[in-house]
Amino acid sequence: MISGIGIVFLLTAALTVAGALAAALLRNLVHCALSLTVTFAGLALLYLQLDAQFAGFAQILVYIGAVAILVVFAILLTRGAGVQEYRSYGSRWFGSLVIAAAVFALLTWAVVKSLPAGGAIAQTPSVTVQSIGAALMSGYVLPLEIVAVLLTVALVGAVIVAMPENKAKAIVEKEGGQ
Amino acid sequence: MTPLVAFLIVAAMVFAIGLAIALTRRNAILVLIGIELMLNAANLNLIAFWRFGSKPEALTGMMFAIFSIAVAAAEAAVGLGLVIAYHRHSRTTDLEAMTRMKG
Repeated sequence: MISGIGIVFLLTAALTVAGALAAALLRNLVHCALSLTVTFAGLALLYLQLDAQFAGFAQILVYIGAVAILVVFAILLTRGAGVQEYRSYGSRWFGSLVIAAAVFALLTWAVVKSLPAGGAIAQTPSVTVQSIGAALMSGYVLPLEIVAVLLTVALVGAVIVAMPENKAKAIVEKEGGQ
Repeated sequence: MTPLVAFLIVAAMVFAIGLAIALTRRNAILVLIGIELMLNAANLNLIAFWRFGSKPEALTGMMFAIFSIAVAAAEAAVGLGLVIAYHRHSRTTDLEAMTRMKG
């Protein structure tokens, strides 16, 4: 599927970076969340171009379907949508920008320097969802279980943290008393 | 420029923008958005190396990316829960006004 750098790659890469830039520059928080969704969609398209169908659809399900919705909920719960902040950037924004630009320059320099210029184009890997499922159930079963426990603990913890304080305290006391 | 280099440079751009968001913005939710962008850039690197690596059938990079997506989802839930709890307590999500987390 991949032979050199095609026009599709350039378009999706431009979409991804433009969404991220919009999230960095827009003042309205809801607009930031929506451009973040554009970036997530662009990354999913990039995964699909890399023949990683499972990761691409997992990206769409998890990020666009869950994380973006969660971010919008958090924004709407913490402030009105139309209210503008007094200042949206911190006091040391210039130094931070310099640090970010330096990180980008360093990463690009390292990538361009360290990888061979020629680089054989790899064959399209024959990876199906079935083989991913088989690998998850055989070689990667311990990480899978650990992630399951982690997700349960994290989501229960998030609910406890976000709960009103007196209610959380009552639940903790009830559990502790037994 | 090989495709691998192109993907890695896109990932570096997204990472740098995420870092800039996390460092410059004052709203706590936007800082979380920046962290999500950095995690996504790392995932793109993992998938690109998996695709152009020597043995893609071994699925190592792909598995790493999938588990990383799961951990990022858990992180987003806990982070946004903390922001909401802080907002309920002191009516702000401004990081320069958040000087203490003790209730």
